[in-house]
Amino acid sequence: MNRALRLGLLVLLTAALFALSLMAGKQWIPLDAWFGHDPRWAIIAELRIPRAVLGVLLGAALGLSGAVLQGYLRNPLADPTVIGVSSCAALGAVASIVLGFGAGWLGQFGWAMAGAGGAMALLAMLTARAQTPVVFVLAGTVLASLAGALTAFLISIAPNPYAIAEAIDWLMGALTDRGPDDVVMAAPFIGAGVLVMLFTGPGLDALALGEDAARSLGANLGRLRWQVVIGTGLAVGAGVAVTGVVGFVGLVVPHLLRPVFGAKPSALLVPSALGGAALTLAADSLCRLAPGAGEVRLGVAMALIGAPFFLALLFREGARQWR
Amino acid sequence: MALTLDRVTLDLGGRRVLTDASAAFAAGRITVILGANGAGKTSLLRAAAGLIAPSAGKVAIDGRAIATMRRDERARSIGYLPQSGDVAWNMPARDVVALGRLPHHASAADDIAAVLAAMAATDSEQFAERRVGELSGGERARVLLARVLAGEPQWLLADEPLASLDPAHQFDLLERLRGQAARGVGVVVVLHDLVQAARVADEIVMLRNGRVFASGPPEEVLTQQHLRDAFGVDVLLFPDGEGRMLPVPAGRAGSA
Repeated sequence: MNRALRLGLLVLLTAALFALSLMAGKQWIPLDAWFGHDPRWAIIAELRIPRAVLGVLLGAALGLSGAVLQGYLRNPLADPTVIGVSSCAALGAVASIVLGFGAGWLGQFGWAMAGAGGAMALLAMLTARAQTPVVFVLAGTVLASLAGALTAFLISIAPNPYAIAEAIDWLMGALTDRGPDDVVMAAPFIGAGVLVMLFTGPGLDALALGEDAARSLGANLGRLRWQVVIGTGLAVGAGVAVTGVVGFVGLVVPHLLRPVFGAKPSALLVPSALGGAALTLAADSLCRLAPGAGEVRLGVAMALIGAPFFLALLFREGARQWR
Repeated sequence: MALTLDRVTLDLGGRRVLTDASAAFAAGRITVILGANGAGKTSLLRAAAGLIAPSAGKVAIDGRAIATMRRDERARSIGYLPQSGDVAWNMPARDVVALGRLPHHASAADDIAAVLAAMAATDSEQFAERRVGELSGGERARVLLARVLAGEPQWLLADEPLASLDPAHQFDLLERLRGQAARGVGVVVVLHDLVQAARVADEIVMLRNGRVFASGPPEEVLTQQHLRDAFGVDVLLFPDGEGRMLPVPAGRAGSA
């Protein structure tokens, strides 16, 4: 099976999961309600379409960021959490909730984006002199720890239990109750970040041979670092800003797709964006189909779906992919 | 055609690793860079490949400074084979070789033809579909050389390509470098093995403490005195039957 056909099948899978996401919920809405004058159409149009679109955007941002970061850092353990952008976006949002500035959704989004932007600027500054990915991942890890500590500190000094509950609820990440406004806010940033990341392919491929070999092949490692910082920062920052912290996608999706699309970093970029969207849509549908009054958190559903696949892959492939 | 270093001085991490180093590498010839550990061999090679900018001096191809070349243009002209044979992802050998085509932005047909030719030149077609992690050391060395050859460079710079290869594979690799030189490629190779250096080199550049200590044809450079000064070892010189003298280390200088 050639690459175009595999990619086509992945597009179909994503489209099918998008459709499932429109049908699934406490109220199951079958396909025939989509046509004619069914009153349930309002649920689809006003609640489920924005939520599914946000799922696609978030999943694509996280899946693609994971593939880009694993390629850039030449490390199969890398994901968007290692560069600290998610943690700093979360810090911004929690600061807005706990300290009460920038009331409302727009304020919270703005503060989360400011957190992500601050992380990107700091990362770029810290790594500007030493142009190696090692400094990048060290700086990111330290930044993530610092942001995590500050977030915990803010929660511990929260003025009332409602602020604590709201902050923790937000940190767990979900697509619940997200509407068209969230899509409109996040889409331009995620779109721009995805676009920047899609141009990293040749540089990431060259880097597979090490930094010297990559430079000798004409790769501009300074520019590549900027592309990675800006691309992942915008996409992950905006995603986290509207949905809270959603883990797992960035780490797992590239691993799930390597056996299908090959290990070459550039060959994984578009599939990882699609695969991230598919996994997020599947997990979000599962959230809504789970029994009980409330919804399972997206991160939980994601792990429930992704982890068994990942473990099966480990059993089947052994270390073959990474040797 | 010549790749030249003109009075190159290089500082890395606050330390001077090359001082006033001048050398000229000719197309169609094999130049071997020799020197003790820390003498500056890899730094000289990296500077020649344009991977690090000298603090002073100039690296040029036929008089044109490589610092003024576009990255892709330089990459098409100079192929660099680093010492580490590290490949981050367990890709099929063919995909690794194809990475050599990155600077070319050529048509798919041209890329495929160049990859096939490079794999044929290194006798590595039979494991094109195997992943690099599953190749033996000798097979991997051939694939990595094919990666550089796929870029069809005018200059081939290799940093200790014989490391971790057994004698048969060492001969095999040197023979392939010889083949490239015969096609007009300028080959510059850092070696540790004095005997192999004497066998393969048309020219030798010998470094000591970051300075070019001696350069010229092997019979002029590989003298007992030079080797004692550069490496701190006494050598015995044995004729190889083809008119060359092969230096074999006999012990640390003065210990005999």
